[in-house]
Amino acid sequence: MAFLPELVLMAGALVLFFICLGESRARQAGIAAFVVSVATIAACALCLGQQAVLFDGAYRVDLFSQILKLVFACGFVLVLMLGGEISDIRDDIRAEYYLFLTLSVSGLVMLVSCVDIITLVVALELSSFPLYLLVPMRCEREGQRSQMESAIKYIMFGVAANGIMLFGLSYLFGLTGTTSLPVMVEKLRPVVHSPLAITGLALTFCGLFFKLAVFPFHFWTPDVYQGASNETASIIASLSKVGAVAVLVRFVSLASPDNHAIVLLLTLLAVASMFYGNLIALIQKDLKRLLGFSGIAHAGYALIGFVAMDAAGYAASLYYIVGYLFMVLACFVVICKVSRDGANVSMEDLAGLHRRSPLLAVTLVVGIFALAGIPPFVGFMGKFTLLSAALAKGHLALVIIAVVNTAIAIYYYLGVVREACFRDAGDRPVIALDWTTRVVCVLLIVGVLVLGIAPAFVIDAISSSLACVNLPLASVPQP
Amino acid sequence: MTFPSHHPDFPILSVLIFSPLVAAAIAVFIRSEGLLRWWTLASTIVIALVSLPLWCWFDATTAKFQFVEHAAWIPSLKISYTLGIDGISLLLVLMTTLIMPLCVLCSWRYITKRVKEFMICLLVMETAMVGVFCALDFILFFVFWEAMLIPMALLIGVWGGPRKIYAAIKFFIYTMAGSILLLVAIIALYLKVGSFDIRAMMGHPYAAEFQCWVFLAFFISFAIKVPMFPFHTWLPAAHVEAPTAGSVLLASILLKMGTYGFLRFSLPITPHATHVFTPYILWLSVIAIIYGGLTALAQSDLKKLVAYSSVSHMGFATFGIFALNVNGIEGATMVMINHGVTTGALFIAVGIIYERLHTRDLGETAGMGKFMPVFAGFLGIFCLSSLAFPGTNSFIGEFLVLAGGFKVSKLMAICTVPGVVIAAAYMLRMLQKVAYGHVNNPDHSQLADLNLREIVTLAPLLVFVFWIGLHPQPFIHVMHASVQHLLEQANGPLANAAVALR
Repeated sequence: MAFLPELVLMAGALVLFFICLGESRARQAGIAAFVVSVATIAACALCLGQQAVLFDGAYRVDLFSQILKLVFACGFVLVLMLGGEISDIRDDIRAEYYLFLTLSVSGLVMLVSCVDIITLVVALELSSFPLYLLVPMRCEREGQRSQMESAIKYIMFGVAANGIMLFGLSYLFGLTGTTSLPVMVEKLRPVVHSPLAITGLALTFCGLFFKLAVFPFHFWTPDVYQGASNETASIIASLSKVGAVAVLVRFVSLASPDNHAIVLLLTLLAVASMFYGNLIALIQKDLKRLLGFSGIAHAGYALIGFVAMDAAGYAASLYYIVGYLFMVLACFVVICKVSRDGANVSMEDLAGLHRRSPLLAVTLVVGIFALAGIPPFVGFMGKFTLLSAALAKGHLALVIIAVVNTAIAIYYYLGVVREACFRDAGDRPVIALDWTTRVVCVLLIVGVLVLGIAPAFVIDAISSSLACVNLPLASVPQP
Repeated sequence: MTFPSHHPDFPILSVLIFSPLVAAAIAVFIRSEGLLRWWTLASTIVIALVSLPLWCWFDATTAKFQFVEHAAWIPSLKISYTLGIDGISLLLVLMTTLIMPLCVLCSWRYITKRVKEFMICLLVMETAMVGVFCALDFILFFVFWEAMLIPMALLIGVWGGPRKIYAAIKFFIYTMAGSILLLVAIIALYLKVGSFDIRAMMGHPYAAEFQCWVFLAFFISFAIKVPMFPFHTWLPAAHVEAPTAGSVLLASILLKMGTYGFLRFSLPITPHATHVFTPYILWLSVIAIIYGGLTALAQSDLKKLVAYSSVSHMGFATFGIFALNVNGIEGATMVMINHGVTTGALFIAVGIIYERLHTRDLGETAGMGKFMPVFAGFLGIFCLSSLAFPGTNSFIGEFLVLAGGFKVSKLMAICTVPGVVIAAAYMLRMLQKVAYGHVNNPDHSQLADLNLREIVTLAPLLVFVFWIGLHPQPFIHVMHASVQHLLEQANGPLANAAVALR
């Protein structure tokens, strides 16, 4: 019973596999994937309160994992809905696109439950490899094979980062003699300040920093966003980042409560990511590249919570990244709909959006202002919780750098609003929206608003779920 | 006028804050533009009427916050939904609710495209503005304070003049950049106090150095909003490009938030730092008064002229606040109200000119008063009010500020006096040109005088000009206890110890 969401996803993937065997079954595959995603939400909601330890202690179902599974399921549905027909993927491989997407989500869903580093790495690969395949599935245009270049970049960086992570894990294994995270916490505590442990942890973080696009593992981000189809970019920008933060919580809490070397490392990376992302984003003309660089900056913000190294900080980071999922999807739904035939969207393409499609303009404005951190949207509450967690631990300089970065970022976010709201449309056509897009827009706006105005229930749930991260296995009842 | 007495459980402040939002939500579904205008006008008038009982129910004998509402909002972060007003915020809340219907009226013909979005922006602005003046939780305050930027930037950027994009972005970045450090200061205060309640933050014995840093963070944020010299450069751009209603909101209410911030936060929370920085701020205020006046004297664009006169008037407000005595602060609050009334009226008047001539140039508008006698009458009175003519409202405010200023430093107070003279010069120059002009004026003979709607827009402000000018006692009385209490906080034992140290 506790394994239901994973079972639903894997059964769904199997069904999609059989659909793929036939010819031109894109439409059926799309419907099947949507049904699977809705069923996953139902299964996750059903299993929300479950607790169990499965597979000889390698897999744990608890509040922490179940909340995040629900987030992934919601993200999955939203991504499918905003993609619509996914017209930028060739018709004959579109069914496979849905298959790989479902597999990637099932990898993410498993990732948050893994408490053994071997299963964790396997789940991480399961979530990553299908994404590597989604990138080159985009249609070719004008002899440029930029999607191939992006895919190569993505997979090369990804595999290298995974290798480094495995190398780091081998250090941790060597130090503690166990692959089980809860046991590792106990065994690592006496030696956590040793250079070997710090090196091991730092190398382990690399794999996750890659997924989160933290400086200096960010190089792939803008190129992959640009080369991948709009829908694929929206998945890479949202879902996989939530997964990375969730796993990072497990590994950073290995070094808790205070480890100056790790804190220093995280601080430096956060500062570098924020400045790099925001400064380069200032000169971007392509909206997806802009979001890519702003994503690097947001990864830096998310790291601020880890610098605090306490439950409040982790809760803030998780809350922030969940909010980020909604904010960035709100921007991507606009990209997907504004783009003509799935082409990339430049800033000029947004001109006069408020006349061409008021609903899209509102969605974009809400998403962009949320990313900029203006209340009452979730971006503000998220930054606020992050900053208070870091300031409570005395990281004043980091907090001031973060707010200075917020001010820098305003400029390019306003640039997007300027195009969409203040400029005239010229001869650009009116954008007609189908009902799924309208529903997605409203859902995302409501999500960004509700998470920002009434965050109490989310923050409380995340905080209480954090209590069970890396607890000894015995404290969770066996099924 | 008698109202039934206030029922303690009736959440009148919440009603005032959120009914514009509800009205905006309903406006989304109204299709006809005419109906939209009437709906917005009706809802703002109803909200103004609902706010009137505040005046009657308010107990002016105590400095306590009244109509307090308290509810948990985000318990895990100790953020609560706390509202309440004292004598100072009461006046500003009432000014906000009473100005709003006039903003709708002055946009009646001026706004012809995207009427629905415009009205929704106005109503959302009202929610945020009333919220800023009522919030007693610092995070709640900050949420309203920042949320206001979005509709205001849209008002300038969508319905503004030729350089609207530049003005909107400059306004947004200036104000946003100013307030980011405010957030850091809020969190730092919270970590000392353990609560975001503004009342709990007042009177807490913070270390002197800590106070200075917090004060500076507050100062940048509020000084940009006021705007004080040298942070004023966003104001002329925003005013010139904004539509009439946007200019009125900016001048009458948004600028007051800066001075309100000084009164509500800087003085009571960081009294020691206030005393440390007072001399510098007083001199900055003197510079603003003179500089704003001289710059206004050189303008040929009517809106720019009024905008720079705002810089000068708000200089009086900050001068009065940091005089740190009863006369000074009461005078400053009166200047805030008067500036809201008079400058709001002047912007509406400029809007009326612009609707007829599609220019705001002083040369091209010359002599139109001959063909618009009623308008010239209104304009004349508002100009006299703006230059603080005795018998009008501004005289009371500036007189009190100067009285307070002389008690602090004769030198500084004398330095502000030329500001009053310059005000007479630029206002009379404008009045003379617009009303009479030269011998060779442009032909304005086809101009129609004010219609009923425009008279109804300007008349309430005219009433206030003379009401405050001739009988200011009710207004001063209502805030007296609050000002006394504020001064006890700002000059209390904590601050005295600091002064002794200095």
